Amino acid sequence: MIPRSFEYFSPQTLDEAIALLQKLGPEAKLLSGGQSLIPMMKLRLVSPAHIVDINRIPDLDYISERDGHLKIGALAREHQIESSETVKTKFPILADTAKVIADPLVRSQATVCGNLAHGDPANDHPATMLALGATVVATGPNGQREIAIEDFFPGLFTTALEPEEILTEIRIPFPPPKSGGAYLKLERKVGDFATAGVAVQITLDDSGACSRAGIGLTNVGMTPIKARQTEAFLAGKKLDESVVQQAAELAASESQPMDDIRGSAEYKRDLVRVLTTRALTRALDRAKGAA
Amino acid sequence: MTTVPIKVEVNGVEHSADIEPRLLLVHFLRETLRLTGTHIGCDTSHCGACTVVMDGRAIKSCTAFAVQANGRSITTVEGLEQDGKLHPLQDGFFQEHGLQCGYCTPGMLMTGLAFLQTNDNPTDDEIRHAISGNLCRCTGYVNIVKAYQYAAQKMREGGA
Repeated sequence: MIPRSFEYFSPQTLDEAIALLQKLGPEAKLLSGGQSLIPMMKLRLVSPAHIVDINRIPDLDYISERDGHLKIGALAREHQIESSETVKTKFPILADTAKVIADPLVRSQATVCGNLAHGDPANDHPATMLALGATVVATGPNGQREIAIEDFFPGLFTTALEPEEILTEIRIPFPPPKSGGAYLKLERKVGDFATAGVAVQITLDDSGACSRAGIGLTNVGMTPIKARQTEAFLAGKKLDESVVQQAAELAASESQPMDDIRGSAEYKRDLVRVLTTRALTRALDRAKGAA
Repeated sequence: MTTVPIKVEVNGVEHSADIEPRLLLVHFLRETLRLTGTHIGCDTSHCGACTVVMDGRAIKSCTAFAVQANGRSITTVEGLEQDGKLHPLQDGFFQEHGLQCGYCTPGMLMTGLAFLQTNDNPTDDEIRHAISGNLCRCTGYVNIVKAYQYAAQKMREGGA
């Protein structure tokens, strides 16, 4: 399968890349990891007239701790998340997520920022970033602006990015003590998109009750879903078996799955319930200090 | 047709070519350089038959443009054998019967090359995880894992 012809640009700086996007207009598409874009171009689902390859721009491949945040640069690859000690110790939910994305060969190339910028509700990082309360940094002709992750996915395959903007960084606040998270996904085989996925990040107060809960759902709606009612329900509650069960049922009711080859809507909704129960339980164990 | 010039080091040899930007890396290797050891399997980023090592990392060459390899270093299955001597991974696949039809083998070998460079004493579970992007439809996974272990041991012992 051969993509349609395109004009290729390989800017050496971010400014150059943004100037190109301004000049070329909406027919230009950014290439970072390319692990979603190139398959879509081969199937001719998309045929951009211009490709702006940002892989040659230096210093965008960082995963760093600064200003109380984990910062992930535009060219940080999934395999870097997998091998990052900070991620392993402070953000186990992020390690959970990276290792179930596609397969190790795809993760050599695929970027975390691209996983968000693609706007696909079947991608895994959106739910996790919703649970973690991340912020994305969009850089455009007028400089940088921050976008809360919950405002980033207005519709199917759509993001809050303007055509001349580049998602240059993800900022994730460091969780307070007694926090824990988990991401669970059911996939039919390695490399498949989620039949459903659930991301949970919680923080406990001194009494052991849940002071903050973030919950994101993968591939059970037109966009990644922030389970707001479930989050609100959990706030202030001790996570005993009955509360976990009620929360899981609430999360299932907040999902909006459709019948497809991966299963019926009813099946997927029940899967959200089961995965939420398990993710909450694992997050709770981790918040209490278990691995 | 607009072409762009690229320079790529493949198996230690520098190649220059003028290519269309849409040319996939796997087609560049097989058709431009005539290195047909790298296979095209599914052509949809699933099977891993087209795996090559670029700057130390195993990637699917059907899911990269050749222009992205400009200035980079690629190793393909043809680059494993040195001075008439099989690479420990090739030897391992031979000794442990790590292939039947052989279609997935170039990809399995190249995934192994990058993997064993980061982990020369893997568990079977780690190997299975590492090859999860490479499909073998002869269901020879058990012997492929054994072949990786054989190679890992040889490489730890410093055997070429």
